[in-house]
Amino acid sequence: MFQIVEARRLAPSVNQFKIAAPEIARKRRPGQFVALRINEEGERLPLTIADADPVAGTITLIFQEVGKSTAQLGKFKAGDRLSDLVGPLGIPTHVEKFGTVVCIGGGIGIAPVYPIAKAMREAGNTVLSIIGARTKDLLILEEEMRRVSTFLKVSTDDGTYGYHGFVSDILQDLIDQGTAIDLTVAIGPVPMMRVICNVTRNRNIKTVVSLNPIMVDASGMCGACRVTVGGKTRFVCVDGPEFDGHQVDFAELVKRQRAYLEQEKRALESFKHDGGACRGGKC
Amino acid sequence: MEETSPKKKKPQVPRQKMPEQEPKVRARNFDEVPFGYSPDLAKLEAGRCLQCKKPSCVQGCPVSVDIPSFIWLILENDFPGAARKLKEMNSLPAVCGRVCPQEDQCEKVCILGKKGEPVAVGRLERFAADYEQAHGEFVMPQMASPTGKKVAVVGSGPAGLTLAGDLIKKGHGVTIFEALHKAGGVLVYGIPEFRLPKAIVQAEVDYLQKLGVEMKANMVIGKIYTVDELLANGYDAVFLGTGAGLPTFMNIPGENFNGVYSANEYLTRSNLMKAYLFPKYDTPIAKGKNVAVLGGGNVAMDSARTALRLGADNVYIVYRRSKKELPARIEEVHHAEEEGIQFHFLTLPVEMLGNEDGWVCGMKCQRMELGEPDESGRRRPIPVPGSEFKLEVDMVVVAIGTGANPLIPSTTPDLQTNKWGYIVADPETGATSKKGVYAGGDIVTGSATVILAMGAGRKAADAIHQYLMG
Repeated sequence: MFQIVEARRLAPSVNQFKIAAPEIARKRRPGQFVALRINEEGERLPLTIADADPVAGTITLIFQEVGKSTAQLGKFKAGDRLSDLVGPLGIPTHVEKFGTVVCIGGGIGIAPVYPIAKAMREAGNTVLSIIGARTKDLLILEEEMRRVSTFLKVSTDDGTYGYHGFVSDILQDLIDQGTAIDLTVAIGPVPMMRVICNVTRNRNIKTVVSLNPIMVDASGMCGACRVTVGGKTRFVCVDGPEFDGHQVDFAELVKRQRAYLEQEKRALESFKHDGGACRGGKC
Repeated sequence: MEETSPKKKKPQVPRQKMPEQEPKVRARNFDEVPFGYSPDLAKLEAGRCLQCKKPSCVQGCPVSVDIPSFIWLILENDFPGAARKLKEMNSLPAVCGRVCPQEDQCEKVCILGKKGEPVAVGRLERFAADYEQAHGEFVMPQMASPTGKKVAVVGSGPAGLTLAGDLIKKGHGVTIFEALHKAGGVLVYGIPEFRLPKAIVQAEVDYLQKLGVEMKANMVIGKIYTVDELLANGYDAVFLGTGAGLPTFMNIPGENFNGVYSANEYLTRSNLMKAYLFPKYDTPIAKGKNVAVLGGGNVAMDSARTALRLGADNVYIVYRRSKKELPARIEEVHHAEEEGIQFHFLTLPVEMLGNEDGWVCGMKCQRMELGEPDESGRRRPIPVPGSEFKLEVDMVVVAIGTGANPLIPSTTPDLQTNKWGYIVADPETGATSKKGVYAGGDIVTGSATVILAMGAGRKAADAIHQYLMG
C-alpha cells in the first residue's frame, strides 16, 4: 500500500498528491511516469511524475478529475492509501545542453512539462516557458514554472489572465521575433500539441511531445498504447512517452483515446449517482 | 492355473470423462468448464492404470512426476498422499492438471493408449491437487536450515514460482519481483478463469509465502532496479523468468483501428483486470458482436471463448493453415467447437478495414492452400490467387504469438541474447552469460508451455543451489 502524505487542490478538479514511494523517488528521472491502482476493483491509471523528493521519499502526482477513476482519486485525502503504484516507467527525457529550449505546457500538461523544464535549466539551457489554460482558475504551477524558467509567458483561452489566446500564438510570436530555438518540448491536449508541431515544422525546430494514450499494463506487454510515429507502430509505455512531434499521427491518437468513451461516461455517471467514493470506504 | 497376470489384463472400464458445464450454458459464463472428478470417478479411472514396472509416462513428463505412485495412492483412498506425491516433483499440480498438454506428454506414451485410450493422468492430477486444496491442512514441508544466501526471482509465472519453492526449501532467502500488481504471470493475466480459476493460482502463491518467500509486486526490473543493482544490493543470484510478454501483430494495414486487440491486451483486460465484471471493476473491454481471432494456439482459443462469454454472436478463429496443424491442445479446440466457435481454416487476413470513428468494421482475407513442409515441418500455407474476400467483423484479437520483452537485456549489457531477443541460457542449468544470473521459461525458449517453464525453473533451482553452496 502506498500512502498519500499530502493532498492539495491546485485548481477546480485538479489535485496534487505527494505519495510515499521512496524507491521510485530515488530512481525516477524527468519524463517518466507511474501506473497506479486505487483499489482491488481499480483500473491501472498512468500518471506522469511531476516531481520527486528522494530525501523525503515522496513523488508528486498531479491529475485532473475527468473520469470515474480520477474522480474517485480526487476524494482521497492525506493518510489514505493506494492499493498499487508501479514505476518509474517509460524512457526519461533526453536532457543535455541544447542551447535554447522552449517548454510549453497546456492545461494539466503543465504538470509533466515542469520537471522537464527544471532539468533542462539545470543542464545549462536557456529555458523559455509558455504555459496556458482555458481560464485563470485552471492555471497550475505558475510559480514553480517561473522559478525554473529563464522567462515565463502565460496565456488563457478566455483572456482572464495573461495573454488572451493560445500558447501556440506566443510561440509563433517568439519565432517571428527571431528567437533562435534549439528544441521545443510541448505537452498538453492533443489539439494543442498538433498546432505547436505545425508551427515548429515550418521552421524545422525539433519538437518533442509526450503522449498519454490508453494503457493497461504500461510495461510493454499489451500494446493498448500503440501509436503511429513516422509510419511505424510504437508502444508509448516503453518506446516513449516522448516522441518527435513532427512524426506522430495525432489523428489516430485522438481516435484511440476515445475508444472507451461510452463506458467511461457510464462509469462516471454511476459513480456520481451512487454517492461514489463513500461506497469505497474512503470517506 | 490359466489365470493371466493382473498386469496383462485389459482394462474393463473406459477412460472416465469429467462432468462439465453444458456448452450452451458455459458459453455465457466465466465459471470453470469441467467440474472435476468425484472420488468415485477418480478411483474408477485410477483403477485403469496398469502400474507398469517401467512406466513410460514418467519419462513423458517434463518434471518426472512419479505417476504410477500417485495414481496408486488415489486407488488406495489416500488423496492427500497422492497430492504430496505429486508435489515431490511438481509444485503446481492443480495448475498442471488443468493446463498441461498431457496428450503430448505423459498420456501420449501411456501403454493403454497403444490400443485404446490412455489413463487420464491430467484429470487424476487435478483431482488429487484439488482435494488437497479443499481439505488439506497446511503442512510445513521439510525445510533445510537457513544458508544466509539470497536469491532474486524476476517474474512470478510458472518458472519463477517453481524455482522459488525449490530454493526456499533448500534454505535460501527468496524474493520474487513481479511487474504487475498480482503474482502468477501468465497464469493470472493470460489463462482465463473458465480454464484456470484464479483462486487456485492464489492458493499456490499463498503457500509459497507461508514457506517464507517474499513477494514484491509492482516492481519492473530493468526500471526500478537493474539486474546489476539486484546483485549489488545483497542478492547472491538472480533468476530471470520474465516470460515472452511482447505482443506480436500482423503488420498489416489498419491494425491500429479501435477494436483490434493483441491477445495479451484482451486477456489481460478480462482476466487480470476483470473487465468482464465492468462496471463493478473499472477496466472496460469492447464487446464485439462479430469477432475474429487470428491464430490457432491455446491463446487464440482462450480469446475466442472469452469473446463468446462477453456476448458475441459470432466468433471466428482465422488460421492460415488447416485443422491438422492447429497448435492448440485438442481439449481446447474441442471445447471451442462445442461452444460454437467457427473456424476459418486456410485463411490469411491481409488488411483491417475501419469506419470514420476509427473502429474496425471488417477484415480483408485471402484463401490459402498448403504447399511443401517448411522448417517447422508443417506444410507451408501459400496464397490462392484471386481468392480475396471480406469478413464482416467489429472486433479482432491478434493471437499469433509473443516475443521477448527487451527491458532486461537492454539494461544488462553483459547478458547474451539470440537474434530474436531471447536470453541465451544453458538448457540443463539455466546459466546465462552473466555470472550468478540464470534464466528459464519462455524468455529463453520463446512461447512454450507452463510445464516446460516449470521444468526450467526446477533445473535452474538445482544449479543455483550448487552455485551458492559451491
